[in-house]
Amino acid sequence: MIGIVDYGMGNLFSVSKALERIGVPYVLSESPEELNQTKGLILPGVGSFRDAMALLKEKKLDTFLHEYVDSGRPLLGICLGMQLLFQESEENGHTAGLGWLKGRITRIPNQDDERVKVPHMGWNQLAFHKESPVLNGVEEGYVYFVHSYYAAEVDEESLLASTVYSVEIPAVVGKGNVFGMQFHPEKSGHVGMQLLTNFAKAMEQSEAII
Amino acid sequence: MITKRIIPCLDVKEGRVVKGIQFVQLRDAGDPVELAKTYDEQGADELVFLDISASHEGRKTMVEVVQDVASQLAIPFTVGGGINSLEDMKRILRAGADKVSLNTAAVLNPELITAGADYFGTQCIVLAIDAKWDEELGSWRVYTHGGRKPTDREVIDWAKEAVARGAGEILLTSMDSDGEKRGFDIKLTKAVSQAVTVPVIASGGAGQADDFLEVFVEGEADAALAASIFHYKETSVSEVKGFLKDRGVNVR
Repeated sequence: MIGIVDYGMGNLFSVSKALERIGVPYVLSESPEELNQTKGLILPGVGSFRDAMALLKEKKLDTFLHEYVDSGRPLLGICLGMQLLFQESEENGHTAGLGWLKGRITRIPNQDDERVKVPHMGWNQLAFHKESPVLNGVEEGYVYFVHSYYAAEVDEESLLASTVYSVEIPAVVGKGNVFGMQFHPEKSGHVGMQLLTNFAKAMEQSEAII
Repeated sequence: MITKRIIPCLDVKEGRVVKGIQFVQLRDAGDPVELAKTYDEQGADELVFLDISASHEGRKTMVEVVQDVASQLAIPFTVGGGINSLEDMKRILRAGADKVSLNTAAVLNPELITAGADYFGTQCIVLAIDAKWDEELGSWRVYTHGGRKPTDREVIDWAKEAVARGAGEILLTSMDSDGEKRGFDIKLTKAVSQAVTVPVIASGGAGQADDFLEVFVEGEADAALAASIFHYKETSVSEVKGFLKDRGVNVR
């Protein structure tokens, strides 16, 4: 069972429907007790970093997420959910993130080139940097991005895949049992479905750790 | 590099796709989900559903259509038509659409763009503009109510204002080119694309694969939308993409 963290940010429907299509049972919840019954978590999110962190704190989910990750179970952040895994964001001033990954969330630069449109919206190609269970059997194909901010100064060791849009954009990140995808795997055709399937498999394999 | 997007558009009335679509292999040519799947298989990058229902009942049906499409497809889609309030946006986005497209309602009440962008984020808000060249104005004029009513707004100014208010994308339909199948309106598309910092979807006039090449290269469009040439199988999404790829345009 995967838990989808429902903290009031973003479209949970498409993530849950994607899990249904690949046959992975899930629970949608904002309750730490309920989410703690799962073998893996997805942290979705659309909207502003600051609002998202405020909601996680308000619902005491920030502390819970740290305990969850400490237990060895995998966590996957999607889009804004991935950005929250980092140390800090510059969106609407400085906001501290959940802090598992080293890096800073900042706006995609387009001051020098107005042809670079922000948001980065559409299909862009993955380039793999490192092997990881989530990338198993996945081609370096196209996935669907929608975002205006990206993770800068990411550690080489946690950068699993990237794409290029004005700058190198970390697309898949991972460190230990924490994973993030800047694009929307649930909207990324067969490549996205394979990535979600791999995460579900990684989750099954982590069973021993619980 | 980000790809140029090809977006088929489906008109939905009371929950059924209309405009005589000719997919002979389909059991039921009017089922939005089946058509959406066919376009997905052909490699469509995104879909647009335009709700042209006249009735309240029809609009309710649209929510069910959105749910069905969202549960069966893994590509993004936009819903437009009849979205007049934040409540309407909530209904459609919660049902699983990725974006809503605003047209007349945004012209009548530009604050709606701001409210939608604040609530859902700019990436969810597409501003649809129906544009027609106006000799007197010396530019393109914005039309509303399905192209029936001229407004006092000029297209470039309106596009800029909408983006400043939080529109994350512009769906630009040329009324001069629409239905003519003689190609997209390159001048219009280029003018808007250069004026705003968000992606522009060109619409109206697609007649052959060459037209897509022209609007991407000359018109600087980020995406191109078409209805009848795909519906009537004059070409397919995969054919257009193959053509573009051979000519160096980056497609998925």
